[in-house]
Amino acid sequence: MIEVTNLTKKFNGFTAVDNISFSVAEGEIFAFLGPNGAGKTTTIKILATLLRPTAGKISLNGADPVRNQNEARSSFGIVFQDPSLDDELTALENMEFHGVLYKVSKEVRKSRIEQLLKFVELWDRRGELVKKFSGGMKRRLEVARGLIHHPKILFLDEPTLGLDPQTRSHIWGHIKSLNVEEKMTVFFTTHYMDEADRIAQRIAIIDHGKIVAQGSPSELKQSTSTTSLEDAFLALTGTTIREEESNPLERMRMRRRVFRGR
Amino acid sequence: MNTIYILWLRQLKRYSRSRARIIGSLGQPLLFLVALGFGLNPIYKKAGAGNYIEFLAPGIIAMGVLFSAVFSGIEIIWDRQFGFLKETLVAPTSRIYIMIGRTLGGATVASFQGIITLLLALLVGFRLENVGFLPVTLVFIFLIALLFTAFGTAIASVLEDMQGFQLIMNFLVMPLFFLSGALFPLQGLPEALKIVAQVDPLSYGVDALRITLVNISHFGLVTDFLVLGVITFLILIVGSYLFSRIQI
Repeated sequence: MIEVTNLTKKFNGFTAVDNISFSVAEGEIFAFLGPNGAGKTTTIKILATLLRPTAGKISLNGADPVRNQNEARSSFGIVFQDPSLDDELTALENMEFHGVLYKVSKEVRKSRIEQLLKFVELWDRRGELVKKFSGGMKRRLEVARGLIHHPKILFLDEPTLGLDPQTRSHIWGHIKSLNVEEKMTVFFTTHYMDEADRIAQRIAIIDHGKIVAQGSPSELKQSTSTTSLEDAFLALTGTTIREEESNPLERMRMRRRVFRGR
Repeated sequence: MNTIYILWLRQLKRYSRSRARIIGSLGQPLLFLVALGFGLNPIYKKAGAGNYIEFLAPGIIAMGVLFSAVFSGIEIIWDRQFGFLKETLVAPTSRIYIMIGRTLGGATVASFQGIITLLLALLVGFRLENVGFLPVTLVFIFLIALLFTAFGTAIASVLEDMQGFQLIMNFLVMPLFFLSGALFPLQGLPEALKIVAQVDPLSYGVDALRITLVNISHFGLVTDFLVLGVITFLILIVGSYLFSRIQI
């Protein structure tokens, strides 16, 4: 379903993704793990047609995200790592907008939006502007939005970041049922190793832009002779804390926060 | 079609919800109308050129549309900052439709802003020569709005953050306004200034508004329409191309 061969992405001489190859089968749940700045989000952005790769070949459900962008886009859905809601619209309007953009028919749209908003317990607040929501509510809305259309491939970039265990298990339960019922291929990143251990069928670990290990959770534990995925992860990637380069957008956000904080 | 509609609707909803922006952006045209209009009117009359407010008001309406339109286009930078742009860019729909929907929405908003400025001008003493021409005025207001929203979109597609915004305002938008003949007649200008004014697309917009509102003409309505139409078309193409190349 996802086929990546020798993918490389360089930003002004800095190699974010360094010649990686992997493939994900149809209906598989695949976890892409790595420390901060390892190249996870860059890889997802390339797969999602937001960035153009420097080199390498990709195929998403048979389409090339570089050459046949529209075709590739029609086969996946995505929940981003950082916020991507419109603060000036209500929860319902954000959902509607997504549904229309993804060409979900009106009846399906209506019922799914209601079902999903109830599912993430935001139905009662559907008429409120998103800017009034707390971080957790926004995250829930964002995940719900990503599930309105049932894509063949679902990219989830740290979907459960900042959510409590109840919500996390609730959301994963739903994603798993979509995976079983609709044979949806799921490609996700997370920093919660227990989550990856429980949910992923196969895992790739990326560090410094290179894939350092691939396999099922138990294979990874075996090959590093550890008992938990967390230990396996640390054995493979070391214990140094990573610095992420800040990009202009993050700098701008910081400034805004500084101004607002006064 | 639905894509275009929903993006258009989004711009309108955002606009109708930001009362501060609507009111705030009327301050400048009002100031120009009152300070320049009443301030320079006596001298203008003495020079035998007629009523300055009558001459100035169409230029100020064009200014209202210009600023509002460029700002609507530039808003893409905010969308990029708040992440919403990603949501639209990965949707399985052609980016050209997204660009068109946004631009039409922005142009509609800017047109509203132009109409409000017109009402404001009427309030401070501006009088229409020919009410029957009003629909033509509206067409031109929309055309100016479309041109400069597309222009803003094109610029925002290549800017990473708001750092460059000031640069754009001072070196592109302000000159577009000040050199357009919005404030002064284009007759009898020094040659260099005349050439600049002829290159400035807003000059044709101002001229069209002046013809339809108060019957003062420089280039003529047909020329205005052709120039604005062709440039709008070209900028839409360039803007669509740049927008479709956005990487995040």
